[in-house]
Amino acid sequence: MYGGGNTFEATKFDNLAKEDPIKLDEFEARIAGGEKIEPADWMPVLYRKQLIRMIEQHAHSEIIGALPEGTWITRAPGFKRKLALMAKVQDEVGHAQLLYSAAETLGKSREDMMQDLINGRSKYSNIFNYPALTWADSTIISWLVDAGAIVNQLANSKGSYGPYCRALERICVEESFHLKYGHHAVIHLATGSKIQRQMVQEALNRWWPPMMHFFGPPDRISVHTEVLMKWKVKMATNDECRQQFLDMYVPKIWELRLSVPDPNLQKNEETRQWEYTEPDWEEFKRVINGDGPCNKERLAVRRMAEERGRWVRKALLTPDAKYVTPLA
Amino acid sequence: MDKVINKIALKELLYKTADDLLILGHRNSEWTGIGPLLEEDIAFSSMAQDKIGQSLAIYELLHDLGEADPDTVAFMRNAEQFHNCKFVELPIGEYEFSLVRHFLYDHSILLRFQQLSTSSCQPLAQIARKLVGELRYHIMHADLFIKKLGTGTDESISRLQTTLEQAIPFALGVFERSPQESDLISDLIFTGEDDLYTRWCHEITKVIESTALVLPQHNLSEAKTGGRIGQHTPHLQPLLDEMAEVLRLDPSTDW
Repeated sequence: MYGGGNTFEATKFDNLAKEDPIKLDEFEARIAGGEKIEPADWMPVLYRKQLIRMIEQHAHSEIIGALPEGTWITRAPGFKRKLALMAKVQDEVGHAQLLYSAAETLGKSREDMMQDLINGRSKYSNIFNYPALTWADSTIISWLVDAGAIVNQLANSKGSYGPYCRALERICVEESFHLKYGHHAVIHLATGSKIQRQMVQEALNRWWPPMMHFFGPPDRISVHTEVLMKWKVKMATNDECRQQFLDMYVPKIWELRLSVPDPNLQKNEETRQWEYTEPDWEEFKRVINGDGPCNKERLAVRRMAEERGRWVRKALLTPDAKYVTPLA
Repeated sequence: MDKVINKIALKELLYKTADDLLILGHRNSEWTGIGPLLEEDIAFSSMAQDKIGQSLAIYELLHDLGEADPDTVAFMRNAEQFHNCKFVELPIGEYEFSLVRHFLYDHSILLRFQQLSTSSCQPLAQIARKLVGELRYHIMHADLFIKKLGTGTDESISRLQTTLEQAIPFALGVFERSPQESDLISDLIFTGEDDLYTRWCHEITKVIESTALVLPQHNLSEAKTGGRIGQHTPHLQPLLDEMAEVLRLDPSTDW
């Protein structure tokens, strides 16, 4: 799964002045014509840089996202949920593997990306800096966070960079199963015993504000990304994604007789837009800059895994290691 | 299963096999998100899913034989009611321990199901034939990593060697004989733990000999036994408490 609302750097247009104007024209014409850009093709420096940044953030979100849900694998109630959750979280780690490979085609190694994650130089989706306190939290994540991810990823899968689009298409298929699993688990809680209903309502209350942050700041205060839209790096604005999410999932939440913790949430039938209480963007900034409830813990776990596994990776790279016939 | 067979002995065989798979699957799932490389994270999760699924198939067979349903059996018993060997309940430790356990245990469970594929208990033989196909991949994975890391760097060889020495007595505990095993042998349900042990030694020796590792001298008298009769290390009960934490909030409800 993936948090949208990428933190793009402010675009420096003077960078483009250094590009070969003929090649730049050809490049833009190809994208306008719906062609995909492939790893060996010419591309502007800024395009490469922003794509690496975006795909890398996405990959990091997948492995960090495996942590809050992963903690519930050992506690999932019953075989059905346990097996489904294991498979779901495994998928997320698989997505990270796909995405790191896609980013590597642009020239940054997986090791460097991992190092930048641990050092705090690159970001991941802000939503995973919040804790999954109960089983119900894990089901809300599987349903709503994955739903948000699909909105974002479906848009991006129509983008211009071939390897990323292909990875996203496969990821979206898997995410749609996650969404079904999450919805199924939430339905059981929402229609279950008093304890279960209370659990799932409290979880929804906790996850709503981070979910509203999920797609990033409103367009009116976001960094301008026109050139990225033109190059089909960014395919939909933060507000468009948020509106689409609300349109698809608020009715489903209400159908379960769960309440959304925002008294102002309603669809304006004239504008066809959802109106809501603006989430606290100061909190969003604070958390993205490292001061959220779980930032330190998430990075510490990742750092520990990297350090404890170093000897394994080193031994596997040893040229003297006995050649073993590949399995497939 | 028409003729009179020793059902207690059969159930004991099924319980110990299913409990091993459930507990080891549970342990291996703890690597999710923290593996030494993404590919191993994914591999351990995949094998954990297989093993838990395999345990479920056997608990379902037990249910057919009159035992409680799989969720109740797996999630609601206490440690002294579990028949898994002590080896599988030990914490995941560092990666070398989990890898060595995966290698030593998985060879034993593949051989067990290969034997059970021809069991006179038809439903069991059917399950066993299916699971053999899955477990072959687990063995390919274990052998590959033992060979790679067992010939990799001085550090990887030394880590594996030390772990192998610590793990062997626990691995031998897999082959703890059951009191009524002779009935299973005479009923052609199972060829017995001793036979399994002999075959296992042969298989693991072949792999270890192709590495820089040395298989420690061992014999069954050093085995860490007791697991099969419900005597466990202090690690099992906390694992079970964690596993049942949510279900026990309301065991009568559908989750």
